[in-house]
Amino acid sequence: MARVVVDVMLKPEILDPQGKAVQGAFGRLGFEGVASVRQGKRFEIELDGEATPEAVAEIERAAATLLANPVIEDFTVHVEAGV
Amino acid sequence: MTIDTVELAAKTPDQPQPWDELGLKEDEYQRIRDILGRRPTNAELAMYSVMWSEHCSYKSSKVHLRQFGEKAPASDALLVGMGQNAGVVDIGHGYAVTFKIESHNHPSYVEPYQGAATGVGGIVRDILAMGARPVAVMDSLRFGPLEADDTHRVLPGVVAGVGGYGNCLGLPNIGGEVVFDPSYAANPLVNALCVGVMKHEDIHLANATGVGNKVVLFGARTGGDGIGGASILASESFDDSKPSKRPAVQVGDPFMEKVLIECCLELFEAQVVEAIQDLGAAGISCATSELASNGDGGMYVQLEKVLLRDPSLTPGEIMMSESQERMMGIVTPENLDAFLAITARWDVETAVIGEVTDTGRLIIDWHGETIVDVDPRTVAHDGPVYERPFERPAWQDELQAAGPDSLPRPSGGEELRDTLLRLLASPNLASKAWITDQYDRYVLGNTVLAQPEDAGVLRIDESTGLGVAIATDGNGRYAKLDPYTGAQLALAEAYRNVATTGARPLAVTDGLNFGSPEDPAVMWQFAEAIRGLADGCQALGTPVTGGNVSLYNQTGGTAILPTAIVGVLGVLDDVARRTPQGFRTSGQVIYLLGETRDEFGGSEWAWAEHGHLGGLPPSVDLAAERELADILVNASRDGLIDAAHDLSDGGLAIALTESVLRYGVGARVWVPDGLDPFVFLFSESQARAIVAVPRSEEVRFTDMCSARRFAHQRIGVVDDGGVLDVQGLFAVPLDQLRTAHESTLSSAFEA
Repeated sequence: MARVVVDVMLKPEILDPQGKAVQGAFGRLGFEGVASVRQGKRFEIELDGEATPEAVAEIERAAATLLANPVIEDFTVHVEAGV
Repeated sequence: MTIDTVELAAKTPDQPQPWDELGLKEDEYQRIRDILGRRPTNAELAMYSVMWSEHCSYKSSKVHLRQFGEKAPASDALLVGMGQNAGVVDIGHGYAVTFKIESHNHPSYVEPYQGAATGVGGIVRDILAMGARPVAVMDSLRFGPLEADDTHRVLPGVVAGVGGYGNCLGLPNIGGEVVFDPSYAANPLVNALCVGVMKHEDIHLANATGVGNKVVLFGARTGGDGIGGASILASESFDDSKPSKRPAVQVGDPFMEKVLIECCLELFEAQVVEAIQDLGAAGISCATSELASNGDGGMYVQLEKVLLRDPSLTPGEIMMSESQERMMGIVTPENLDAFLAITARWDVETAVIGEVTDTGRLIIDWHGETIVDVDPRTVAHDGPVYERPFERPAWQDELQAAGPDSLPRPSGGEELRDTLLRLLASPNLASKAWITDQYDRYVLGNTVLAQPEDAGVLRIDESTGLGVAIATDGNGRYAKLDPYTGAQLALAEAYRNVATTGARPLAVTDGLNFGSPEDPAVMWQFAEAIRGLADGCQALGTPVTGGNVSLYNQTGGTAILPTAIVGVLGVLDDVARRTPQGFRTSGQVIYLLGETRDEFGGSEWAWAEHGHLGGLPPSVDLAAERELADILVNASRDGLIDAAHDLSDGGLAIALTESVLRYGVGARVWVPDGLDPFVFLFSESQARAIVAVPRSEEVRFTDMCSARRFAHQRIGVVDDGGVLDVQGLFAVPLDQLRTAHESTLSSAFEA
C-alpha cells in the first residue's frame, strides 16, 4: 500500500475568486498580516500496490486528465512516505 | 525591464517588433507606422493589434454591416441605435429596454465553463453600461454531434458555466436554443443575450466628455487574464500544431459582478457619473480609445495607477488584459468624492487613472514616461476596412440541385407514427429540459413564460402588466442552402415566436457566426446573410439595434454552417394576456394558420432520417409573417385563443406533440382534404402556427382570419384522452411521446 498525493492549484495568472473571498474574511475576522490567499485542491490516493514509477506515472496521467484542468490549473504529484 | 517610450521609439525606428505574433498583417503594421510617423512603442503596438483585430474592428464585416443602417426601417421605438454598447428600445410608459447578443465561441471551446460564464458576464456589463438594470439572460448554443466525445466535454461545461454565472447574479435564463450539427464539432457556438430595463431619462451613452473630468477604473483588479485573447482568438482558427497561440483563459467572478451591477446602478442613480464603459475584449485599450473618440477626443492616463493583481505585468499587458468584472467611469471633479464613497461602500476597488482632455490625443504615461501618444480615433474607429473578395461557391448549385425529393417518404399510419417518434427523440427536436432545468428561470419573480415556450416573457411593470417577449433563432442548415433566405428565415422564426406569445415585435439583435472571411465562399455566405437580414428587417419594420460578428469559426479548412442567430424583442401591454404554448382545455378547437406546401429542403426530417442536406430551404413570405403576427397579437389581446405554438423545425407533428405534452391533455386531429398526410405532418413551410380556440370565440376568430384573407383550417380538437390521435392514421399515448421526447439528452449525459 502506498499513498500518492496530488495537489492542484489554479495557475498563478488565473483569478481565484475563492481565495480572494477567504482573504477578505481574514481581514473581517481580525487575522492580520495576510497579503494574499490562493485556494487549491488536494487528492490523497491509496494505491493497491507499491508506488512504482509506472504506478506514479499512471496517477500523473489521471491528474492531467481528470483531477486538474490543465488549461487553468497546475498540479504536482508526490508519494507520501511511511503509510 | 526597460520601458519602450515614445521618445525611444522615435530614436530606434528599425527595432524589430512582434507585429506578426500579435496578429497584425504587414501592411497593417506599416499603416500604424504611417499614422504615427514613427514606429509604435510596444504598448501602442499592443493597443493597435487588439483594436484592429477582427473581433474589435469588424474590418471584414464593416462594409456589409452598413446595410443595417442604410436599410433600417423607420421606427418610433428606437431610442439608441447601433454603435453604442447596446441598442435601446422604447416600450411605453416611460420604460426603455436594452438588449444585445454576443458570442463567446472560441473561449468556450478552450475552457467550456469559464468561456461560457465570462460570455454571460461580458454581455451583462454591456447592458449595465447603458444605465439599465439587467433583468434576464438567454443563450443560443451550437454543439457537435450529440454522441461525439468532444461534445461530452464541451456541453456540460458550457451549460454549467451559463447556469452558474447567471444563477450567481440572480438573473433568470428565459430561453434560447440548442442545436447539434457535425460542423460545430471543435467549434461550438456560445451566444449569450442579456436584456435590461431602465426609465428613458436613465439612458447613458459611453462618451468621455468634459475636459478635466476624471477617468476612473473600478471593479476587479487587472491580472494576466486573456492577454491577447482579443487579437488571437479572432484571428486564427485552432490548429493543434501551434499550442502557443491558444488564448489565455479569463476566469469570471459572478459575485464581484453582482456587486458591480448594484454599485453602477447606485452611481447612475446618484448622478455622480457621466458615462460608464465596460471592459471586455481588449480591456483598457478598448475602453480608453472608444471613450475618448466618442467624446471630446482626448484623454490622459497614468497607467501605473491601475490596480494590479499581478505586479509583474508589463504596460503592454496591462493595456491588453481582459480581466473580467471591470468598468471605466468618467466623473466630474466635483462628484469624485461622492463617487468614491459609493464604490467604497460596495467594497469595489477604485483607482483614478487619468482625465479627459481636448488635445485630440490619447496619451498614456508609465511612471512619468510617455508610452502611448496616439489619435484615439485611429485606434477605435479608423482601423483597416477590408473589401474582402466574395464569390458564390461552385458547390452551391450542386447542393441546391440535390433536393430531398428522391428521399423515401414514410406512408401509412404505422410508418408515420414511427417517424414521429424517431424525430421527437432526435437530438435537435428532443426536449432540452435537461439543459434548461439547470438554469434558474424564475428568480426575480417576473418571468411569465420561459423555455420550452416559444419565447421568454418578462413582466416589466407590476402596476400595468407591461412586459416584453424575446426569442432567438437561427437555422444554419437553411442558411447553408441559401444564406440570403436562411437569414430571413431565422428572423421570421424569431419574429413569429415573439408574436405567438401575443407580443408585438419591435427590434432585432443579431449574432453572426461564420467561418474564415479569407475564404471567398464564406464571405459570400456572410454578405448574403446580411443582405437578407437587412432586407427582412426592413420588410418587417424591426430595426437591428446591435449585435456581434464572430468570424474564423472553423477547424482546419471546414467552416461551420453559416449561423446567423437572430434575437427579436417584442412588447406586451399586459402580460396577463400572453398566449402560452400548451393546450389545456378539452373541447377547444385546433386551427392551423398559414399554408402548408411540400417543403423539405434543409428540414429536420431529411437530416435526422436520411442525413440529407440539399435543395432549397422553405420559401419566405414576410408579408404573410406580418399578417400572421397581427392575427396572433390581436387574438391574444381580444382573448380569442387560449394557446398558440409556432410551426418550425419538424413541422406540425412536432408542434402538436409539444402543445399536447405541455399540460398532458390529448388531441384528435384530422388531415385536411387534398393534403398528403406526410406533408401535413412534417413539412417545414413558414408563416404557420397552431392555435387552440374556445368554441365560444370560434366564429369571431375565423371571421378575423377571413377578413384578413389568411389561410386557416380546422384540423382538430383538444380532449383529455391522453392520446395524440391523427384520425385514420395512428394514435400514440402521451406516455410514449413523452418518453421519446424527454429521454434523449438525459440518457446521453447522465450515463
